[in-house]
Amino acid sequence: MSAITLPRQDTYLNINYGIRSWLLTTDHKRIAILYLVSITLMFVIGGAAATMMRIELFTPASDLVDAATYNKLFTMHGIVMIFFFLVPSIPAILGNFILPLMLGARDLAFPRINLLSWYIYMLGAGVTLWALIAGGVDTGWTFYTPYSTASPTHVVAATVGVFIAGFSSILTGLNFIVTTHKLRAPGMTWFRLPLFVWSLYATSLILVLATPVLAITLVLVAVERLFHVGIFDPALGGDPLLYQHLFWFYSHPAVYIMVLPAMGVVSEIIPTFAHKGLFGYKVVAISSIAIAVLGFLVWGHHMFVSGMSLHAALMFSAFSYLVAIPSAIKVFNWTSSLYKGSISYDTPMLYALGFIGLFTIGGLTGLYLAALGVNVHVTDTYFIVAHFHYIMVGGSVMGYFGGLHYWWPKMTGRMYPEKWGRAAAIIIFIGFNATFFPQFILGFEGMPRRYAAYPPEFQFLNMLSSLGAVLLGIGYILPALYLIPSLWFGKQAGPNPWDATGLEWKTSSPPPANNFEKIPVVTTGPYHYPGKQDKVG
Amino acid sequence: MASQVDMLFFTLLAMSVAVVVVIAGLIVYFGYKYRRRPENLVADQIQGSMRLEIAWSVIPLLIAMGIFVWGARLYFEMASPPAQARDVYVVAKQWMWEFQHQDGMREINALHVPLGEPVRLTMVSQDMIHSFFVPAFRVKQDVLPQRYTTAWFQATQPGTYHLFCAEYCGTLHSGMVGDVVVMAPQDFQTWSSQGDAETPAEAGEHLFAQFGCINCHKADNSGRGPALAGVFGRTVTFADGTTTVADENYIRESILNPDAHVVKGYEPIMPSFQGQLNEDQLLQLLAYIKSLGAKQP
Repeated sequence: MSAITLPRQDTYLNINYGIRSWLLTTDHKRIAILYLVSITLMFVIGGAAATMMRIELFTPASDLVDAATYNKLFTMHGIVMIFFFLVPSIPAILGNFILPLMLGARDLAFPRINLLSWYIYMLGAGVTLWALIAGGVDTGWTFYTPYSTASPTHVVAATVGVFIAGFSSILTGLNFIVTTHKLRAPGMTWFRLPLFVWSLYATSLILVLATPVLAITLVLVAVERLFHVGIFDPALGGDPLLYQHLFWFYSHPAVYIMVLPAMGVVSEIIPTFAHKGLFGYKVVAISSIAIAVLGFLVWGHHMFVSGMSLHAALMFSAFSYLVAIPSAIKVFNWTSSLYKGSISYDTPMLYALGFIGLFTIGGLTGLYLAALGVNVHVTDTYFIVAHFHYIMVGGSVMGYFGGLHYWWPKMTGRMYPEKWGRAAAIIIFIGFNATFFPQFILGFEGMPRRYAAYPPEFQFLNMLSSLGAVLLGIGYILPALYLIPSLWFGKQAGPNPWDATGLEWKTSSPPPANNFEKIPVVTTGPYHYPGKQDKVG
Repeated sequence: MASQVDMLFFTLLAMSVAVVVVIAGLIVYFGYKYRRRPENLVADQIQGSMRLEIAWSVIPLLIAMGIFVWGARLYFEMASPPAQARDVYVVAKQWMWEFQHQDGMREINALHVPLGEPVRLTMVSQDMIHSFFVPAFRVKQDVLPQRYTTAWFQATQPGTYHLFCAEYCGTLHSGMVGDVVVMAPQDFQTWSSQGDAETPAEAGEHLFAQFGCINCHKADNSGRGPALAGVFGRTVTFADGTTTVADENYIRESILNPDAHVVKGYEPIMPSFQGQLNEDQLLQLLAYIKSLGAKQP
């Protein structure tokens, strides 16, 4: 097979060549590619740690690795996956590439700051990876005090790495907010914005408002370790619950940083592959903002057994039920959008439908955890591990893969092999459920999380989970095996292979360096497909 | 308690299965019926329906509020041990559990309890945050350094149950496990009468004399500090007019940091015993002070 040569056409990829043209680029599309490469690398590292953990947990005894190594593995998995994969993946890769195109802009509002945020990310990742390689960290990604004050491992370096990476998030969020306000094409009113833009906007608000609190908290941990100032460690006169409050004040909204963009991706994919507007567009758009706002009021639900006051627990439980409602509304609207559609099942659609199913299960099990009396039993067990993986992996990662396949033709100008794409999506869906569904049962039966060794009666379900993880691992490797060759061998995509409606599909694939020959003028809402106007029923 | 928690858990499970079946069912049904084929190339454009939006916002909200109230009631019950509960004092440390029974038995990584009798745990950690978790009893409570937390349970079946540390506490976290042994009341009686250890309250009484507490906190209230009989659980008034209920953590603070809250009518002259008493001894003093209340109602 030989590479198919395309007729010469000016694109952001061929406008100039060489390493300098990439490392000094201010083109949001090239920066997105830089992020794609570096974030994928982090995904591989975090995934390798998870694989080691699942192999270790195949048997009850701590035999493949000792307890100290196991603790470092789950810490590394958590830190890398959350701060260096889930938080930046969709915004910094897909958002970076697509947001200006969707708005009809030539770039983000601050192209140099955009490049700076990638360098900050790389610096943060470098420092954190150094800590992990130089001997590791064993505090868990949560860095709970007083253990993180006492642990003999490389806590300061790891927190410094996360601290640095936080600034990359803040700058990206700021850039997206300003771009959405100032660089919309003529006629692109707020309620003509695609839902991916709405969800990135909501995400950016959280990035800008919550990330500084994490940064402050991590600085305080470092100060306590280095100068023995009593802040969180009761032995020094501090309060460990204060740490938990500050940490979750960022880290609960961070859950929405990770899942809102994926919701946005799904809200793009469903209209495209059903050839119709999204049911309840405005309600879905406002839901994103509601989630961002309410998400700031629920952090205490991570602390129901921590010794927090009963009345605080009551408030946090009530707010947690409120934040569930806009998510539920979105699920109902996505499902209703299929009604009387013209639905095709290309790879992105499979991921989007998989997202709805897995996110629904993740969301429903959140109701168990928000119920105070039930939370006491299942918190800190595998139930909670399963719950947040349904949201983070079943939700965010499915959304990311869906979006990557959806916009791959736009980003590269080439199609990937559709059959392989569908096969991988189905393998990931099955492998994911096989890995994480047994963990709900394990948790209800009482297996605590973060255990290197466990009582033998939990072995059967752990074996199922580990076998599922093998399948899931294969599913994740497949896209690399067909996406990379598609850069040379894929068939030419053309500007709009999916018959989609967004402005990003109105320009060539891959787009020219300045995105549009002529800035488009917007005259209709998003997802404007032909078909008779109809009402429900 | 376990059956009440399970009742809510399985109600939630039934509800979620119903929701998943409906959502997945609709996706499959719509997905098949409206699949793209030559006679269905153009979709109907449906903007949405405000009625439906309101219905599927308000109904889930009402259900959610119902679950909230149900879960909260259980939680408050979990936080309120019956008055006549049997006391067990717990010291957690990397990576073991130490128990001291009210009648003097001490044990490590095993907790013997009588069937059918409520057991109240007063817990403190000597180092990190740990968490006392017995899955069979649906009980879990973090154990904090420098601060008491409490939990209670009542065993309903004889047997041996897992005790886990549920809050990650360092290298051998997964080794910080033990057994809760539930015995028939007469067997427990036999078990707890072997050995002739002091009860925590008796040990506390000795400490009270040994550390000179008794010189100021005289029983007839003639000393430089207040008499302590009956103070536990009572509302005390401070020099600045504020009040608090004298609970475990107040007693602890009064021993380790007496100047923080000085009782009205007394001088701030008590020295701190920070660093002079270990966690076991503090719990014994607490048990003694609590017993003073019980003796003289």
